Amino acid sequence: MALRSGVSFLRFHALRSSSRLLSTHTRPEVQQNGKKIAEFPGAKAPYVTEMKILNETSYEPIPIYRVLDNNGDVLINSEEPHLDKEVLLNMYRSMVQLNQMDKILYESQRQGRISFYMTNYGEEGMHLGSAAALTPQDLVFAQYREVGVLLYRGMTMTELVNQCYGNHEDPGKGRHMPVHYGSKQHNIVTISSPLATQMPQAVGAAYAFKRTPNNDRCVICYFGEGAASEGDAFAAFNFAATLECPVILFCRNNGYAISTPSSEQYRGDGIAARGPSMGIHTIRVDGTDTLAVYNAVTKAREMALQNKPVLIEAMSYRVGHHSTSDDSTAYRSLEEIQKWTTDENPVQKFRLYLERKGLWNEEAENTLVKDSRNFIVRTMQEAEKKKKPHWKEMFEDVYYDKPFQLQKQMQEMEEHLKKYGEHYPLDSFQKE
Amino acid sequence: MSSHFTFFPDEHKPIEGDTTKMNMMQAINNAMDITLKTDSSAVLFGEDVAFGGVFRCALGLQEKYGNDRVFNTPLCEQGIAGFGIGLATAGATAIAEIQFADYIFPAFDQLVNEAAKCRYRSGGQFDCGGLTVRAPCGAVGHGGLYHSQSPEAFFSHAPGLKVVVPRGPISAKGLLLSCLKERDPCVFLEPKILYRAAAEEVPTASYEIPLGKAQVLKEGDAATLIGWGTQVHVLLEVAQTAQETLGISCEVIDLMSILPWDEETVCNSVKKTGRCLVAHEAPLTSGFGAELAATVQSECFLHLEAPVARVTGWDAPFPHVFEPFYLPDKMRCLSALEKLIHY
Ligand SMILES: Cc1ncc(C[n+]2csc(CCOP(=O)(O)OP(=O)(O)O)c2C)c(N)n1
Ligand SMILES: [Mg+2]
Repeated sequence: MALRSGVSFLRFHALRSSSRLLSTHTRPEVQQNGKKIAEFPGAKAPYVTEMKILNETSYEPIPIYRVLDNNGDVLINSEEPHLDKEVLLNMYRSMVQLNQMDKILYESQRQGRISFYMTNYGEEGMHLGSAAALTPQDLVFAQYREVGVLLYRGMTMTELVNQCYGNHEDPGKGRHMPVHYGSKQHNIVTISSPLATQMPQAVGAAYAFKRTPNNDRCVICYFGEGAASEGDAFAAFNFAATLECPVILFCRNNGYAISTPSSEQYRGDGIAARGPSMGIHTIRVDGTDTLAVYNAVTKAREMALQNKPVLIEAMSYRVGHHSTSDDSTAYRSLEEIQKWTTDENPVQKFRLYLERKGLWNEEAENTLVKDSRNFIVRTMQEAEKKKKPHWKEMFEDVYYDKPFQLQKQMQEMEEHLKKYGEHYPLDSFQKE
Repeated sequence: MSSHFTFFPDEHKPIEGDTTKMNMMQAINNAMDITLKTDSSAVLFGEDVAFGGVFRCALGLQEKYGNDRVFNTPLCEQGIAGFGIGLATAGATAIAEIQFADYIFPAFDQLVNEAAKCRYRSGGQFDCGGLTVRAPCGAVGHGGLYHSQSPEAFFSHAPGLKVVVPRGPISAKGLLLSCLKERDPCVFLEPKILYRAAAEEVPTASYEIPLGKAQVLKEGDAATLIGWGTQVHVLLEVAQTAQETLGISCEVIDLMSILPWDEETVCNSVKKTGRCLVAHEAPLTSGFGAELAATVQSECFLHLEAPVARVTGWDAPFPHVFEPFYLPDKMRCLSALEKLIHY
């Protein structure tokens, strides 16, 4: 048996190589400008007699696309997207709500009312510019610092605050740390902490979309420039390109991964440079310019729906600390933060744009800020009063059906609590 | 947020001489400082290590030893582990930090398939014994799914690795210095809740605590309680309460080394007490307690008065708000001990 299959393998192999030999013999020599073009399976390129060494300066830096200047003026009229007034106002309102939510929830962590929080300051333009260019049916895989996208898609402040409190109205049932939101209803896949894991997943989801008849959905996957160093990021780029998936890989390059500056994260021309090298259409955009991001994602979506994956690198600056566990003054200067807060503030730019169009003014601003703040404070107070889910929720959703062992363990805990309940914070949790 | 245990500081001094009050973060910093000072091949690296690491264990070391010896890496755990294996293969001492043990899994392939098998598959020609991978592990009260896990059992299944968990400042310094000198690659899991939990009088000089050896922290005759890391403190309190309320005296063992583990100390103790309780934060099924229980029943069968009890995290992911119900806390251990005694 072993011998026989060995022989047939040999025969098959011989056949294959002879046919390959034949076909190269019959093909005419390819020439380009008099240069012979190599036909290696791995590369089709001209042969040269002078050794060529490439480095990061062999190419021009990939330019950063902008629509607005720092005063909110449109640089070239033809580039102004013609968005409905209501859409523009919705985008802006989401930014202001996001800022207020960040301010209040950050503070509430400081007071020990929630266990953890991460702010989004400086990245509002990327959130709202991209969110407005998508349809509600497009599927979102996020990292964690994209809350503006979630708000724009209709997740309510109440849902978000409940998640941070892990109360019984948290859609995630109190199992995840704060800021790990998710909503099936709004096509937002629940955020997970391990970085870049969502990237190949997003590509897989896109492939599933591609296979549905008359597909009109794409997937957008957000990730940081730090996360882009993970092996999963490379896998995502490569799978997206080779399997031609309707996916937008949206990098938020905010200059830092916790304390690590992008200068220690990568060499070469940023994340964008990786796109063309892997056969992915690529756009680099000013992430503090909401309209530029909107145009980039609109274009990317168009291409993605033709099964051409697109990489967007949106340049910005992480204005806040990494999280409530971080004090960024330990590794960057206040002047640096200040510069990005004032000169390239995405909210400010977008507001000036709206004001120039006569859509916004000081009074509207004050009312919105005040209303948002009040609403969030009230939401928080309500969230705080709500009980945590029943402790048995700890054992649910591990599997679709609870296996025998888990049933046994739940029973064990039930008996334990009957006897020793006074030692547990049962009062903060829902009862049967 | 109050923690689920009371810290029992080490009373025993591993060596004579001067001591300094240090918490576990400082003791780990001190061990790495000694190594960087005395071993010119030693380098320390990982995500955010340059400014001291997110738990500050590397604080001040870049200033002291330069950025070619203490440095940030790109954000990539498989890279960190593979880079460390390479350093060690070339003869250097590599101290690799993984930011959280929950994020060690991208490095699983490098550690389990490469580091663990390096000497074996080269017929003893190569090894990467100079590699120690440090990672903060365990419950902190609010870590949820991905800042709480205890992955020791996964690595206990990889012959060739050494897996070590300290219980406080003194043990952390001595065990880490042993790992850094060890001829085999080590995974050093640091219960992060202990970093700043309490201080001990830590010997200022260099000292080593042998790997593969458990420590009997309290002698007793009624039952043997075995744990590692934070859980040791839970068990010490359980033993204390059992003495007061049940009038029994329990022996408490800190296993310290998960792989290879100290069968002799454990089995001698169980043969004496006739009862054994193992507790760990990781889930029950295939937790390292299963290995202990199987060995104890085969080695101590005729001495056992009751089946080995295991008190552990449940077979569910580590949940955020349910942490008080998830952990093998004092009350769950006490209740299991009572059943063990009255079996
Ligand atoms: C696999 C993995 N490793 C490490 C971490 C810890 N961690 C959380 S956020 C972060 C930095 C991420 O930086 P970046 O991707 O640039 O996103 P940003 O925070 O700047 O938005 C790190 C190292 C993690 N969550 N997952
Ligand atoms: Mg970043």
